[in-house]
Amino acid sequence: MELSRQEVLHIARLARLGIEDAEIDRLQGELSDILGHFTVLQQVDTEGVPPTAQSVAQCNVLGYDEPAPSLAVEEVLANAPDRDGDLIRIRAVLE
Amino acid sequence: MNVSQLTIVETAKLLQDKEFSAVELTRAYLDRIEAVEPKVKALMTVTGEQALTQAKAADEAIAAGQAGMLTGVPVILKDVICTKGIRTTCSSKMLENFIPPYDAGVVERLKARGAVVIGKANMDEFAMGSSTENSAYFTTHNPWDLSRVPGGSSGGSAAAVAAGEAPAALGSDTGGSIRQPASFCSVTGLKPTYGLVSRYGLIAFASSLDQIGPLTKDVADSAVMLNAIAGHDSRDSTSVAQPEEDYFGCLGKSVKGLKLGVPKEYFAQGVTAEVSDAVKAALKVYEELGCNIEECSLPTTAYALAVYYIIAPSEASANLARYDGVKYGFSFKDTQSMWEAMEKTRGIGFGPEVKRRIMLGTYALSAGYYDAWYVKAQRVRTVIRREFDEAFEKYDALITPTAPTVPFKIGEKSADPFSMYLSDICTIPINIAGLPALALQGGFAQGLPIGHQIIGKPFSEKTILNLGHAYQQVTDWHKQQPVI
Repeated sequence: MELSRQEVLHIARLARLGIEDAEIDRLQGELSDILGHFTVLQQVDTEGVPPTAQSVAQCNVLGYDEPAPSLAVEEVLANAPDRDGDLIRIRAVLE
Repeated sequence: MNVSQLTIVETAKLLQDKEFSAVELTRAYLDRIEAVEPKVKALMTVTGEQALTQAKAADEAIAAGQAGMLTGVPVILKDVICTKGIRTTCSSKMLENFIPPYDAGVVERLKARGAVVIGKANMDEFAMGSSTENSAYFTTHNPWDLSRVPGGSSGGSAAAVAAGEAPAALGSDTGGSIRQPASFCSVTGLKPTYGLVSRYGLIAFASSLDQIGPLTKDVADSAVMLNAIAGHDSRDSTSVAQPEEDYFGCLGKSVKGLKLGVPKEYFAQGVTAEVSDAVKAALKVYEELGCNIEECSLPTTAYALAVYYIIAPSEASANLARYDGVKYGFSFKDTQSMWEAMEKTRGIGFGPEVKRRIMLGTYALSAGYYDAWYVKAQRVRTVIRREFDEAFEKYDALITPTAPTVPFKIGEKSADPFSMYLSDICTIPINIAGLPALALQGGFAQGLPIGHQIIGKPFSEKTILNLGHAYQQVTDWHKQQPVI
């Protein structure tokens, strides 16, 4: 199971994860090794077996539609890295 | 009196008998923290002032005759659990200055019972790791041998309890992160059934696997802590509306006639002879207590590690997408574009193990690989769960090792991620199936702790706690404490 350098770069781009050149080589080796061990999964016969996403089966968990106090604006914005009054300042999404 | 050796149950009695006040007790623990922290380094944050304020309130409750078992008892919280007004870092540079505006559900519950939050514990970054070496700040040391790891990712919580920095701590367990460090530090660790304890305010790693649980000196204290933190929370849609139980009150019942299965697969996969011998010695104790022991087989166990390391990173890659440097946390500003800002923020803010897992998860979920990796792992997860279900038709509980080895040296496995992943091989299948499991102290080899694990059927915490308590009534491994 060998991941190419291009595949590593592609995954990093999908994850929006900045990685340096030295990390690319290291991750290429480590991910190839780890995924190589996990190819054993193909040995398990899962024909007709449904996937399990959650160990406790619950569906349609509904909340009560009741008004309740929310956090104050100042509390919500207290951790924002960059503020402009009551707004969070970010870089332009459309340029 | 050395208060740092007391259990919660002993502490509660002495507080109510006015042998010391909650404020005096808190000061004694703050002194203990000051004395041992330079060696153990278990805590990210010590909350002395807030703790003393809470202790004063606890003394008032005791004076008014309104005290419960946790009133005035100091507790430590893993730094993945949100605390209002107290920095919560997840041991990551990404959340270095994050101060939550709310308390997690478990924190509300502990505070409502008068517990005193005395500190936040170091951990592997975003709970990813098995040694606490992945903390972005410092490595915690095992109180039994300071050159060794305390396990992970709740290594700070486990080391703090073992070192007498608090009688109890909360950890979180995604693949064994309460039980493996409990084994390495010789404390009792409980991973409750998935859904029994609210995850509201637990910073998410892998949402279908994460569960909060206690690390304590003994099983009775685990039951006291579970009484406090278990219960339905509508703010967590996976929280199960179970009837309230008295886990402490159930202790002390006879375990005679209980059927215990011993899955043979848990004694392979790198489990050392000294660990295997210690677990077999524990099995003899259960036999003497009147339990019926039988070897059994869970053949898909061998695939659990692969299932876990596909599912957990996949969920992590989605959960950690929120760290984009916009709303909170670290933000890299010196860039030209929005995308570059996001990539730099995540590239610099996350450590190597977190990046490795985000990459693994993104790969498993990406187009062309989703069915072969992610869906396949979810199908094998079903097979593992079915095997447990079948075993529990025959047995009341299963007994296995908790960790395959004694604690390893700091740095020993850092260069080989896969060998580190094997540290959780005995605990991972339990999270995959959502089961409860109790890690118990069970012996020493060359002065280093060894533990065993009792696995129960869903929501059978009463059974496994009662079994563990019965074991601790006739053994004294849990009473041994490290000299620091």
